[in-house]
Amino acid sequence: MDFLSYLINGLGLGSVYAIIALGYTMVYGIAKMLNFAHGDVIMIGAYVAFFALNNFGLPLPAAVLLSIVVCTALGVTVERLAYKPLRQASSLSVLITAIGVSYFLQNAAQLLWSSSTKVFPTIIPGGGISLGNLSISYLTLITIATCVLVMICLTLFINRTKTGRAMRACSEDKGASTLMGINVNRIISITFAIGSGLAAIAAVLLCATYPSVFPTLGAMPGIKAFTAAVFGGIGSIPGAFLGGLLLGVIEIFAKAYISTQLSDAIVFAVLIIVLLIKPTGLLGKRIREKV
Amino acid sequence: MDKQKMSKFSIGNLFSRKKRGRTISFLMVIVAYVIMQTMMNTGSLSSLFSGLLVPLCCYIVAAIGLNLNVGVSGELNLGQAGFMSVGAFTAVSVSGYLAAGIPNPVIRLIISIIAGVIAAAVFGIIIGVPVLKLEGDYLAIVTLAFGQIIKSIVTNMYLGFDANGFQFSFVDNNTKLAPGGKMLLNGPMGATGTERISTFTMGAILIIISLFIVYNLMFSRSGRAIMAARDNRIAAESVGIGISKTKMLAFVISASLAGAAGALYGLNYSTLVPAKFDFNTSILILVYVVLGGLGNMTGTIIATVILVLLPELLRSMQDYRMLIYAVVLIVIMLLTNNEAVITRLKLLQKSFSKKTPGGAKNV
Amino acid sequence: MSDKRPVLDVRELGIDFGGLTAVNDFSMQVYDNEIVGLIGPNGAGKTTVFNMLTKVYQPTRGTILFDGEDTGKKSVVDMNKSGIARTFQNIRLFSQLSVLDNVKTGYHNRSAYSPLTAILRLPAYYAREREIDKNARELLKIFGLEEEAENLASNLPYGAQRRLEIARALATGPKLLLLDEPAAGMNPQETEELMDMIRLVREHFKIAILLIEHDMKLVMGICERITVLNYGMMLAEGSPEEIQANPAVIKAYLGE
Repeated sequence: MDFLSYLINGLGLGSVYAIIALGYTMVYGIAKMLNFAHGDVIMIGAYVAFFALNNFGLPLPAAVLLSIVVCTALGVTVERLAYKPLRQASSLSVLITAIGVSYFLQNAAQLLWSSSTKVFPTIIPGGGISLGNLSISYLTLITIATCVLVMICLTLFINRTKTGRAMRACSEDKGASTLMGINVNRIISITFAIGSGLAAIAAVLLCATYPSVFPTLGAMPGIKAFTAAVFGGIGSIPGAFLGGLLLGVIEIFAKAYISTQLSDAIVFAVLIIVLLIKPTGLLGKRIREKV
Repeated sequence: MDKQKMSKFSIGNLFSRKKRGRTISFLMVIVAYVIMQTMMNTGSLSSLFSGLLVPLCCYIVAAIGLNLNVGVSGELNLGQAGFMSVGAFTAVSVSGYLAAGIPNPVIRLIISIIAGVIAAAVFGIIIGVPVLKLEGDYLAIVTLAFGQIIKSIVTNMYLGFDANGFQFSFVDNNTKLAPGGKMLLNGPMGATGTERISTFTMGAILIIISLFIVYNLMFSRSGRAIMAARDNRIAAESVGIGISKTKMLAFVISASLAGAAGALYGLNYSTLVPAKFDFNTSILILVYVVLGGLGNMTGTIIATVILVLLPELLRSMQDYRMLIYAVVLIVIMLLTNNEAVITRLKLLQKSFSKKTPGGAKNV
Repeated sequence: MSDKRPVLDVRELGIDFGGLTAVNDFSMQVYDNEIVGLIGPNGAGKTTVFNMLTKVYQPTRGTILFDGEDTGKKSVVDMNKSGIARTFQNIRLFSQLSVLDNVKTGYHNRSAYSPLTAILRLPAYYAREREIDKNARELLKIFGLEEEAENLASNLPYGAQRRLEIARALATGPKLLLLDEPAAGMNPQETEELMDMIRLVREHFKIAILLIEHDMKLVMGICERITVLNYGMMLAEGSPEEIQANPAVIKAYLGE
C-alpha cells in the first residue's frame, strides 16, 4: 500500500507542477519565450492570498479570486511593459529581461513584506478518506481535482472558443495569423493573463501543502515546473500536464525509495534521459529544417 | 586592413575589427591591474573594494569562457556555475591535502587551479556528449539540469583524509578520521578552514590567459568552424565541418575556464558552501555575457566589472540596491533593442566613418 | 563516354518521408569534367536528390557510388571530404563571418591543424594560415569578390552572395560541384555572366558540375546532358536537343 500512497502523493505534487507548467508552456508556445519570472508571479499570488486570508479575513474563495485577479493583472502588465517592446529582439535579450523582472519582483516583495517567512494559514482541513489501508488527504484530493478541472477547462477553451483557436493559430504561425485578421498582441496578452491566473491557483495549492511564504518561494517550483514543461514537450498543453504529473511522481518516489537529499538530482537526471531519447520532450513536435 | 571598415556598428562583426578588439582588451586588463595594484600598495583602496578584486577576476574568467560557448558557439548554457563548483571544490580539496607537503602558497595555488581546470574539463566532456546532441532551448534546459545535479552531488559529498589515506562517503557522513585527520568536503557545509591563497595577481594572470586562449582560438581554423556551425549548421557540415566536435571544443574550453574561475574563487574564502554555485550564479554570469555583447570579450569584461561593482556602488541606497539593479537590467535590454536607439547609435558610428566602397563586381 | 568510369553513379535511388515516396527509382551518371543539368517542374524532387547525394537525407533505397566507391551510410561531412560540394537554393552563408572567412571555412579539412596549435600559436599555425589566406584570396579574385573580403557576408548584394557560396564550395576541393538553382533571382545579364562563370569553373578546377535550374536558357546553353525529373521519377535523359524535342518533357512542363 505504500506504493499507492506515494503514487497519489506524487500525483498531488505533480498537479501543482502541472498547473505552473501550463503557464510556461502556453507562453512559450505563443510568445516563444522562456518566462523566467513565472515563478515569481506564483510568489506574489501566495502573498496576496496570505494577506487576504490572514489580514483581511476574507473567505477562501474570495482570497483565491483576489489572488487570481492580482496575478492576471501583474502578468499582463509585465508583458506590456517589459516583453512587448522586445517582440523583434533576440531570445537571449528577452530571457535576460525576464530574469530582470524576476529579480525585480523578488526584491520588491522583500522590501514590501520583509524576507522573513510568513506562515500560511490552514485552508483545507486535515484528515482524509480511507480506502482500506490507503488514506488520501483532502488536500491531495482537492489538488488533483483542481488540476484535472483546470486541464479540462483549458482544453475546452483552446479547442472550442474563437480566442482559443486564435491562440493555436498564433503558436503555429504569427505572420499568417496577422493576415487572417487575428490581433496577435491581444492573443499574447490573453496568454499571459491565463498563465498568470493559473499561477495564482498553483500558489494557493502550493502554500496549502508547504505553508510558508517568502520572497524566493517561486524559484524552485518555477524551475521544476519549467523542467516539467520541457519534459512533456514545451509548447504542448497536454505535454505540460503529463510532464508535471510525471515529475511529481518521480520526485516523491525518489524521495521515498532512493534518497531525500538526492531527489532533485534524480528528477533532473530523468529529464536528461528523456530528452536524449526524445529530443523534443514526450509530446513535443519535431520541426525539421527545410534544406 | 583599412580603418574605415573597422568601425561598423555590429557586435557580431568581430573579424573586421579583430585586432583592435584584442589589443584593447589586453591593454585594459594590464592597465587596470597596474592601477589597482598601485592603489593597494599605497593603501588608497578601501578594504571593501580590494576584497572584491579576486571575485571580480573569477567572474570575468567564467564570463569569458561562457561567452565562447554562448556568443561564439551560439549555444545557451544555463549551468556555468556547475563547472565553477567542480573547479572550486576540487581546488580547495587539493590545496587542503597538499597544505603540509607544499608550504609555498603560490605553487600550491597553481597546482590547485590546474587540478580544478582538469576536473571541470572532464565534467565538460562527460556532460557535453549528451548536451550537444540537443538543440536550442532543449540544450539550454539540459545544461540547467546538469548544473542542478552537480550542486546536488557536491552538497552530498563527504571527503576527508588522515594518516591512513582518503575517506569518502556520499549522502550520509560515514567518514571516521583518526586524530590529526582533516575533512576536505563536508556535505552541505562545503569546505571550511580553507587557507586563503588566492591573489589578485593570479586573478589578473588568469584573465590574460583566458583572453589569450579564447582570442587565439577564435581567430583560427577552429574558431571559424565554431562560428560557421553557429551561423548555419547545415552549410557548415556541407563544407566538411563536424558539428559535434566543433561545439564540444567550445563547450569544454568554456567549462575549463569556469573551473579555473571556481578554483580561484574557492581558495579566496575560508568557507565555501556548495549552494554558492546555484542557478542564480549561472544566470548572473550569463547576464554579464549578454550585456557585454555576444562574442565580444572586451564588452564582457566591462559589463562584468560594472555589474559586480554596481550593487556595491548602490550600497548607500541600502535596501533598494537590488531593486535598482533589476530595473537597470530591464532598461538596458529595452534600450539596446529599441529601433530608435539603434538607429541613433548607427548614425553616430557612421559619422565617424566614411562610406565603404562596395557594389557587386562582375565576373 | 561509356568506356569511362563515372565520378557519380546513382542507382535506383529512392526516399520515403513518412510513407510518402518523394523520389523513386532514380538513376544517373555524371562523368569527369561534365556539366549536367537536373530539371523538372516544381516539387519534382530535385533538391531532395541533392540532399540525398550530400546525405543531408539518408536514402531509403538504392546506392550512390562516388568515385567508384559505395558511399553507404556516410555523413554529410564525409561526403564533402570524399569530394562533393554544394550550394543551396536558399543561400546559406555564414552571415556573421566576413566574406574572406566564409571561403576560409572551406579549407577546414584541406589545411588542417589542431586547436592546440592555434591556441599556442605554433609555427604550423602560421604556415597553414598563410596557405589558407593565399588560396582563399585567389578564389575571391576569381569570383570578383576580392574588394569585399573584409565585409560581412550578409551585407553582400544577392548576386555576390550566390558567387560567394560557389567560391566557398570550391574551397573544399571537390571533384563534383552541385549547384542548386544558381541563377534564381538573377536578371538576364547576370545569368549570362553566371553561365560564363560556370564554364570557367569547370575549365579552371577540372571538375564535374551537376546543376538544378529553372532558367532553360542557362540549362540548354551550358549543360552537355540533362536529366528530367517529374513526380520523383525519372522522365527523360539526354542531350539538350533531345530533351527539347521530347514530347513527355513538353507535356510535363506545359500540361495537357
